[in-house]
Amino acid sequence: MTTTAASTPPPALPGAMPGSAGAAAPSAALAATVRRRRRATPDNPDRGALSTADWRRPSVKYTWRGMHFVLLLLLLLWCLGPLLLLGKFAFTPTQDILTHPMSIFPNGATTKNIDQAWNRYHIGQFFMNTVWFALGAWFTQILVATTGGFVLSVLRPRWAKVLNWAVLATLFVPAVVLLIPLYKLIVHPPIGDSLINNFFAVWLPAGASAFNVVLVARFFDSLPREIFEAARVDGAGPFRLFWHIVLPMSKPIIGVVSVFAVIASWKDFLWPFLVLKDDSVKPLSVYLQSMANVDKGTLMAALAISTLIPIAMFLIFQRMFLRGAGLGGAVKG
Amino acid sequence: MTTDDVVPAAPPAINLHTRSRIRRTPVTWVRRGGLSALLFAIPILFIFGAFSWWPIISAFIMSLQKTNLTDAPVWVGLDNFRAVFADPLLPTVIKNTAWFAALALIFGYPVPLVGAVLMSELRKRKGLYSVLAYLPVVVPPVVAVLLWKFFYDPRPEGVFNTVLGWVGLGPFPWLADATWAMPSLVLEATWAAAGGTVIIYLAALISVPAELYDAAEVDGASVWRKVWHVTMPQLRGVLFITLILQIIGTAQVFLEPFLFTNGGPNHATETVMLRVYNLAFANLGNNFGQATALSLLLAAFLAVMSLVYFRITRSWSQS
Repeated sequence: MTTTAASTPPPALPGAMPGSAGAAAPSAALAATVRRRRRATPDNPDRGALSTADWRRPSVKYTWRGMHFVLLLLLLLWCLGPLLLLGKFAFTPTQDILTHPMSIFPNGATTKNIDQAWNRYHIGQFFMNTVWFALGAWFTQILVATTGGFVLSVLRPRWAKVLNWAVLATLFVPAVVLLIPLYKLIVHPPIGDSLINNFFAVWLPAGASAFNVVLVARFFDSLPREIFEAARVDGAGPFRLFWHIVLPMSKPIIGVVSVFAVIASWKDFLWPFLVLKDDSVKPLSVYLQSMANVDKGTLMAALAISTLIPIAMFLIFQRMFLRGAGLGGAVKG
Repeated sequence: MTTDDVVPAAPPAINLHTRSRIRRTPVTWVRRGGLSALLFAIPILFIFGAFSWWPIISAFIMSLQKTNLTDAPVWVGLDNFRAVFADPLLPTVIKNTAWFAALALIFGYPVPLVGAVLMSELRKRKGLYSVLAYLPVVVPPVVAVLLWKFFYDPRPEGVFNTVLGWVGLGPFPWLADATWAMPSLVLEATWAAAGGTVIIYLAALISVPAELYDAAEVDGASVWRKVWHVTMPQLRGVLFITLILQIIGTAQVFLEPFLFTNGGPNHATETVMLRVYNLAFANLGNNFGQATALSLLLAAFLAVMSLVYFRITRSWSQS
């Protein structure tokens, strides 16, 4: 998989960092070209600093095995530990959570927390709001990125260059700047009523991601031109070309953009917190924040439920997640 | 960009001579695909126009106005910027943000590097290690903060105080104390973000050419010399990138101070972004002009950082 990558878009809006302010923030760590590279030597494609000969030497072997083992323990403790603890809290009576947080079910387990979170605090309903938020944001991002990429990379009208620069320039503008003007726009749009508590307030700004457009346009650049020419000779117009040729060939990049889009809306807090205030539209992240002071057992159950879906998604689509995250490093060369 | 070096794929191949002789009329424009290109550009023009280009212009306008949601805006020149610099909290929030960034570098910069170098030498189960390292990154940030807020319970029965109590440490005040609060925030932020950095380093480590190691071996380099003199110099580029990314990210930090401490105790964790938020939306009340002015100043700083990033990655990819 290659692209004609020349430069890397700067990640002006690190949406992946905790605490970014983004409505339209692309993930910082992901700002890179769609390019994968492999080690050069074909006979030993997987070698690192240690050679096979090194591994045969007992001193090297046991030192590194030891370090790897310690690393595994630290990863289990540091990365998985807090989540296991959360899982345990979800089934522990509040009294025990508060007095003996580290004991394993000193007075037995309970499902009351889960029951409370689900039935009294309606976690399911807010979960559905997040799903709606993510679906709509995904749709606008895909629509803007694919049609925009098609114009910039395939159709290339005279004004494509200007458009390209206008889109790229927004990469340098951090989300901080957009926050207040966007809020004002959403409260007092030039046409129609206020969009506060309307999903369009999160769906539409999500589409303005220059990062997505660049990613998709670069991918389109890498598609063989001959196919487009052949299609034109056969009488395919631009719409047919887009729908029947370019889109079906772009499944990998659409997959990557989709995963980013869904994660971004799942993680987003500040913008939905400002514009989706009503319980009927509030996404899970915003609702959890308002639950901060409820009974600890219930809160822990709610947190555990909200973590389950992203973790399940991650485990299913591991490769895509990790490849996407690794894109940030594939800039050189 | 790449537009120059690829042959333009513009519709029907008309050579330049005939092209200059044909009079350009709306009909030829439509025939040559002008209309359909415009149709395809509608989504990007509308979405970027309304939600990116216009808000950017609007930010500059608002920074020169006294404005809120209800009253008509009044032009006030540079008063908002003067108010930003006269704000007694400005030095505090800049200092806090810089402190957050510095701590984030101390906590979050070396450890992922060591982890990634170790992981890249794994012959099997690399996937397991990567998944474990990346796991916290997929936890929704609000969930992570609320969970850690509970871990930071300052009572001796709190989670961290219990664990540290096993080895005779504590109890510590964590978020309740002005000195402890910021490191506590950064610790959680590091937990949430380090996995992403590890994966970036791993991707970079895979692309270290194997010949370099082979050559070092021919010269009789030991394992440690290979790691230090071959691996590390090859990572220079990506180390710089993650540094800039981290600075850009931490300069805008909002979620942790907002949800953990709301800037407290006594403004010890109030960051620039939180100040912007407070000026615009919190009880200080709809001071949109000043908030926008402050956000523009922060953005100017970030734009410089992105520019540095852009220039450097560009020069690398051209070499």
